[in-house]
Amino acid sequence: MTQQPPLVELRNIRVSFGGVVAVDDVTVELHAGEVVGLVGGNGAGKSTLMRVLSGAHPADAGEIRIDGRPVVIANPRDAKAYGIETIYQTLALADNIDAPGNMFLGRELVTRDGSLNDDAMESATRNVMSRLNPNFKNFKTAVGWLSGGQRQAVAIARAIHFNARILIMDEPTAALGPAETAQVRSVIQQLKTEGIGIFLISHDIHDVFDLSDRISVMLHGKLVGTVKKTDVTTDEVLAMIIMGKQPGQVTQRDLAELHG
Amino acid sequence: MTQATLSRESQLSTAPRGERSLAALLRLLEIDTRLLGMVAALAVIWIGFQVMSGGLFLSPRNLWFLSVQSASIAIMATGMVLVIVSRNIDLSVGSLLGFLGYTMAMVQAVWIPNTLHLGFNQWYTWLVALAVGVVLGALIGAFQGAIVAYGGVPAFIVTLGGYLVWRGLIFVYQSGQTIAPMDGTFALLGGGPNGSLGEWGSWVVGALGCVAIVAVTLNTRRRRQKYGFPVRPIWALITVLAVGCGAVLGAIWIANSYPWPTALAHQYAIAHNIPEPAGGLQIPTGIAYPVLITVAVALVMTFLATRRRFGRYVFAIGGNPEAAELGGINVRRTITLTYALLGVLVAISAAVQTARLNAAVTGLGVQNELDVISAAVIGGSSLSGGIGTIPGALLGAVVMQSLRSGMVMMKVDSPTQDIVVGIVLVTAVGFDTFLRRRGK
Repeated sequence: MTQQPPLVELRNIRVSFGGVVAVDDVTVELHAGEVVGLVGGNGAGKSTLMRVLSGAHPADAGEIRIDGRPVVIANPRDAKAYGIETIYQTLALADNIDAPGNMFLGRELVTRDGSLNDDAMESATRNVMSRLNPNFKNFKTAVGWLSGGQRQAVAIARAIHFNARILIMDEPTAALGPAETAQVRSVIQQLKTEGIGIFLISHDIHDVFDLSDRISVMLHGKLVGTVKKTDVTTDEVLAMIIMGKQPGQVTQRDLAELHG
Repeated sequence: MTQATLSRESQLSTAPRGERSLAALLRLLEIDTRLLGMVAALAVIWIGFQVMSGGLFLSPRNLWFLSVQSASIAIMATGMVLVIVSRNIDLSVGSLLGFLGYTMAMVQAVWIPNTLHLGFNQWYTWLVALAVGVVLGALIGAFQGAIVAYGGVPAFIVTLGGYLVWRGLIFVYQSGQTIAPMDGTFALLGGGPNGSLGEWGSWVVGALGCVAIVAVTLNTRRRRQKYGFPVRPIWALITVLAVGCGAVLGAIWIANSYPWPTALAHQYAIAHNIPEPAGGLQIPTGIAYPVLITVAVALVMTFLATRRRFGRYVFAIGGNPEAAELGGINVRRTITLTYALLGVLVAISAAVQTARLNAAVTGLGVQNELDVISAAVIGGSSLSGGIGTIPGALLGAVVMQSLRSGMVMMKVDSPTQDIVVGIVLVTAVGFDTFLRRRGK
C-alpha cells in the first residue's frame, strides 16, 4: 500500500513584518480526517501561519502543497478554490448584514438575471443551521444583534457549507459559554468523521488535548515540534509552549518551575 | 401561520412591554420602523407649516413645487448613500454639478451650434449634451474614487480637492460668463408646465406604478412561500398593497390638481385655437419630468443597493472592511464604482438644474454637497458606515426642502433658515443615534 500524500503541507514557511520575523521556517502537515492542534503563546506566529494558508497574508518564502502538489495561494479566493475554509478569531462577519448574507459573502447565490437570490440563500442557511444550532431563528436580523454563540454559529456555518476539505479554526471557543463550547466540540468531531482535515488554533490546552490527533507547538515564530497526542502529557506540551523544550528533555526542576 | 406568528413574536422579546403590540403589528406588516418614523416627522413638519401658513403649504401648487425642488438633491442623495455606507464621503458633488452643468451647457449652446456649425435645437442636441455630462461625470467620479480606493488618500481630502478643482474649472469656459438659453428639448428636463407629463400621462404612469407594486409584492411572496418561509398574513398584505397604491395614485391626483398658470394656459388656448371658458382654460400639470427622473433613479438605485452583488458588497465593506476582503470581495473596485455611480447621478442633477434655470451660471450647485449629505444623513445613513437606505435619502431630501420652502412661505430670511436647518440636522441625527444606542 502506497502512502497517501498529506492533504496539506506547509513547507519552510517564512513571514516577516518589516524587520520582525513572525513565522520562521515552519513546516507542518495535515491529513484527511485529522485534527492538528496549533498551540503557542501570544505572538508565537500560529495565526500568521494560518493566514498564509487561508490567503489573507502572503508568505515571504516557503511552499504550500495540497494533495502533494505545489499550489499558489495569493488571496482568500484562491484558498477557497482549494477547499480551504477559515473561521477567524474575529469571526470576520459584517455586523450590519443578516446571517444568510454573511454566510454567502463573496459567494452569493444569484438568479438567472444575476440578482441576489436571497430566498435560496436563506433556505441553505436554515439547512446548515438546523444541524449546527437548532435554536437559531434570526435569519433576517443583522448579525451584530446576535449573541456571541450565534455569531460563532454563523461563522462556522459559512466554513462548512461550501464542502470544505481543509478547515482552519482560530480560537473557535474563546468567546463561548460551556454549552456552546460543547456544541463546537461535537461539530469538530463530526467534521473529522466526514474526512475533513482541521487545523485548530487554541489557547486552551484541554481543548487541544481532547480534540487533536497531533499537536504542533510554536514559540517566537519557530516550530518547537510536532507530537502525537497519545505520546505526550499536558505537562510536556506546556514545557514545549513555555520553554521550547522537547518531550523527554523536561526535568523535574522544569516541571516544578512550570507549576510554580 | 401560527408557527410563523410565534417565531416573529419571539424575536420581539427584547422590546419593552408597552411597545410590544404596536411593534408586533409593524413587524407583521413588514414595515421598516425607522422609515415610518421619518414619514411621521415629515407629516409633523407638513401639518405644522399648513397650520402656520393658513392652509397654503399643503396646496397642490406648493406640493408640486416642493416635488420639483426636491428632485435634484434627492437624485444625488441616492448615490451619496452608497458612498457613505462604504465609510467614505464626497464633498465635491456641488462643484462637480457646476462643472458638469457648464459643460453640458457648452455642448448645446456653443460647441454643437457654433464650433461645429450644426445649428441650434437639433433633435439630437439634448441627447448629446446629456451623454457628454453623464460620461464625464462617471469618469470624474471614478477618478476620485480610484484615488481614494487605490491611492489610499482619505476620501475627505480627495473630494475636498475636487470641491476646489471642479468649481475652478468652470472659469475655463468663457471666463465663467452665464451660458443661456438651453436647447428647447433639454430645458424640458427641468420641469415646468411644459416639462410635465400632463393629466393622462400622469395617470398612466400611476397605473403602471400600481401594477408594478402589486406584481413585485406578490412575486416576492410567492418565492418565499415556495421555500416555506413565513409570509405576511393576507390582511397585512392587502393593507400594504392598498397603502402603496393609494400613495402613488394620491400623488398623481395632487399633481393633476395643479393647473397651468393662467397666462400660460391663455397662450396655449390661443395657439391651439381652443375657446376659453369663463375663468380660463384649466390644464392639469401632472408629474414633472425631474420628479419622474427622481423616481426612476430611486428605483434603479434601490435595485442596485438591495438586489445586486454590488450593493451587498458596498454594505459589507461598510459593516466590516476586513471581512469583505477575506470574503474575496474586490473592495477597491467596489468603492471606485460607488464614486462613478454618484458622478453619473450628479450629471443627471446638473442637467435638471441647468434645464430648470435655462442657463448655466457659476453659482450652479453651490452648497449642494451639504444639502446632499444632510439628506442622506437625515434619511438614516450613518457616517460610520454600513447603514443607510435609498428611500430614507429621498425622504431626507424632501424633509430638507420642506423646511426651506415652508420657511420661505413664512417669510423667514435666509440666514435664519440656515440656522433652523442646521439645528434640525444635528437634532435628527442625535435623536437617531440615541434610539440606536438604546436599542443595542
